[in-house]
Order: sequence, then C-alpha cells, then structure tokens
Amino acid sequence: MSRDLNNATFWGYRRENGRVGVRNHVIILPVDDISNAAAEAVASAIKGTMALPHPYGRLQFGADLDLHFRTLIGTGCNPNVAAVVVIGIEEGWTQKVVDGIASTGKPVTGFGIEQHGDHDTIMRASKVAKEYVQWATERHREEAPLRDLWISTKCGESDTTSGCGANPTVGNAFDKLYPHGTTLVFGETSELTGGEHLVAARCRDDEVRERFMYMFNRYQDLIDRFKTSDLSESQPTKGNIEGGLSTIEEKALGNIQKIGKKCVVDGVLDKAEMPTGPGLWFMDSSSAAAEMVTLCAASGFVVHFFPTGQGNIIGNPILPVIKLCANVRTVRTMGEHVDVDVTGLLRKEMSPDDAGDALLDMMFRTANGRFTAAEALGHREFVLTRLYESA
Amino acid sequence: MIHFVVHDDGDSVGVVVVEGVKAGDELTGWIMDQDREITFKAASDIPIGHKLAIKPLSQGDTVIKYGVDIGRVVADIGVGEHTHVHNIKTKRW
Repeated sequence: MSRDLNNATFWGYRRENGRVGVRNHVIILPVDDISNAAAEAVASAIKGTMALPHPYGRLQFGADLDLHFRTLIGTGCNPNVAAVVVIGIEEGWTQKVVDGIASTGKPVTGFGIEQHGDHDTIMRASKVAKEYVQWATERHREEAPLRDLWISTKCGESDTTSGCGANPTVGNAFDKLYPHGTTLVFGETSELTGGEHLVAARCRDDEVRERFMYMFNRYQDLIDRFKTSDLSESQPTKGNIEGGLSTIEEKALGNIQKIGKKCVVDGVLDKAEMPTGPGLWFMDSSSAAAEMVTLCAASGFVVHFFPTGQGNIIGNPILPVIKLCANVRTVRTMGEHVDVDVTGLLRKEMSPDDAGDALLDMMFRTANGRFTAAEALGHREFVLTRLYESA
Repeated sequence: MIHFVVHDDGDSVGVVVVEGVKAGDELTGWIMDQDREITFKAASDIPIGHKLAIKPLSQGDTVIKYGVDIGRVVADIGVGEHTHVHNIKTKRW
C-alpha cells in the first residue's frame, strides 16, 4: 500500500523569507579563488562553520559572470543555510553577493581582503562567524507541511539498473509528491538526447515546450560545435559503458524514468534560476553530478534524490544527497555510499510502490535531520558551472 | 529467480541483473511492463548490467529498449548474445 502523504509534515528550519530548510549551516563563502585561503582559515577557527572553496570568480564576464553570481547568491540564499560570511579579494563584487543573499533577510556580512590582508580579514570575519554560529545553534526545527519541501533529482554513474530500478523509484516518489504542492526539479540537458520528444510531450503547454526545446537545442549546438567524436566515453561515460549502457539514447531513456509517469513539466529554468511556484521544473544544466547538484542547491532545493548504478559517491556541502541503488554488485561493494537499497525491485521482491515509499521514508528521515551517507562520509563537492573562458 | 529484465514486450534487448552469467546458462527474464516471464540461453558471458539480445538483430537494424530507438546495429547479433558498444552505436552526435 502506498504511503499516505495527506497532511504529511517534516521538521525544518523556517527562515526569514518563509522558506524551510532541513539543515542549519553557517557558511564562509569565497567570491573568488584567491579568497579560499581566508575562508578556510575562518572555517578552521570557528567550529560549526563550513568554507565553500572553489576555483573561479576572476575576470569572468557576460552570461558566465551572471551565472557565477547567481550560483554564489543562490547558495547563500538556500534555506539550508542559516547565515553567511562572504569573503572576496575586493569589496565591490563581495558586496554584490552580500546584497543578493541579504534579500532573504538572513544574517550575512562581507569582507574584502584588499587594504587589509589575510590576517586582519580572517580576524574580523571570524568574529562575525562566531556570532552567527551561536545565533544559528539557537534556531529550532519546527513542523512544516510537505509542500514546503523542495526536492531535486539527478542521477550519476548510471548503468542499465538505473533505468529499470533506481530511476523509476525516483519517478514513483515524484508522482506521489507532485499532487501535494511540492517543488521538484530535474535537468541534465544533454542526457535527454534520444528521449527529448518524451519530455516535450510531458510539458504543460506549448510555451513550456518551446522553452524546453530551446534549451535542449542550445546544448546540442554546443556539443556539435566542440565534439571530436560521437562522445562515447564522455557521454555515456566510461563508467556508464562499464555498467552496460551502450548509447546516449539508452542512457537518456533511463534518465527520464526519474520524472515518473504522471507529473507534468510545469516550467523551465536556466542554470541556478529559482522556481517561482510549485510543480515539476526542468533546469537546463550540465549532466556532471557535482555541477548539477550545485546548481540545484543554488536554485533553492533542500533535499536531493540521487539514483546511481555503478556507484557515484557525490555529496554537496549544503544539500543532503540521498543515494539509491538497484545494482546488487554496487550495494555489495560500495554499500557505505547507499542510503536506500532498491535491489529487491529487480528480484521482484519489492514493488515499484514499495521502492518509492522506501525513498519517501528516507526523504522524511533526512529532512528531519538524519545525515545521508554522503554527509557522514564528508562529501562536499561544490562545483561551479563555467560557460566559457575568462577574459 | 530473475536473471535479466526487459522493459517492454517490443524491446530487442534485456538487461542482466545478476552477477556471473556464463555462455550456456539458462536464464529467466522478466518483462516488466507486461509482468511476464521468458527463458533464454545465454550465448555469451554477460556481466551484470549488460544487455543480451532477445531477438536476432542484423547490421543496420534499430535496437529497441523502453519501446524506443536506442541506436543502430553495426554487427549482426544472435539471440542471447552480449549486446554492447562492439555491436551497437548511437544514431546521434
């Protein structure tokens, strides 16, 4: 029997703007690569904070720079984050990130390193970080309706068991969550190749369909411009091929199982863009796991479903990544990475409904505070998507 | 015991879901959409997650999985044979 989601609730942190988070992080966010050292020093000095180092933020321009800001600001705005200390080499772009995050009403302060040096910056930022941690650790979880949960999905190191086991399990859960006013997202634009017509057919109306096809064709043009082969070993990856996937079409059809059989694609987002209402959204995005999950976090999602076949081990600093797997060999050899074992599906010992319910159970437990495997193992992959070279 | 699964009745391939399948093994397959079982003899050793042909496929044929085109056959494939990048290729890119 399916789990009853009517009146379902979870325990989360309600933020100043009304959004509800399931984690309570205080993050130290560098604006650029050269501010990583100061950010990491602050996180080392002040317990309960976390630095999010990354390699970019200098001399970017145009749409690539817009995406950089959108990703950093979105990360800070995510309701899994209680408060933010921003550190950049200079004060202008630092303030831009601070202002973006401040729109949520959460505590945020920025520090520019120029005219101060690392020592003084680390000292000043540490004082604020300490205040933030003490404030954040006094926030309490409160009961929130299911519709306040924003759930993202992306699969990784897929194999053929993903398409018949783990991905349909996410689809089953999405079909059950959708009618309850939750906000859902999927993406991986290039990885819909061969099944794009199936996604187009699921779009709410012609306007959404046209926008989806625009994003899809934009990515195809990119691949056509730069490819030197049929992309075999890149897409599908070497690991996908090792796992038995032979072509991009086969991989895509497995991938699409994640959006279930009933939910409708209600809207289309650009990378790291925030949804404006409940429903199922498509986000144009890279199919590389860490890039995509980082974009989901920047778009405001608070729990992530990550089906894997061969065993992708990814996590994210602020977004709990729930892994599910239907491959018996992977569960046997890499069990420490798997939160939900759905191998029973392929032995007919578990129905698709049972598997979907098992994932929903883990979703509630994770939302209520249980660490995912990736959190317990310290996987904090924070990977910014770049569109092209720096100026 | 289920050795391989097939998504849809019309598919040309199934997916091995157990470890250690060897040529000559009698395999039971589960057609998921129609909830029906079929049996085949494996014609190759097939690793977990890899596909076997459940219909004879000739060069130039389209391979069907999930009831949809997943690529073209580039070398003839007999029933029960390992079906992968050595004998099928994408039609895209």
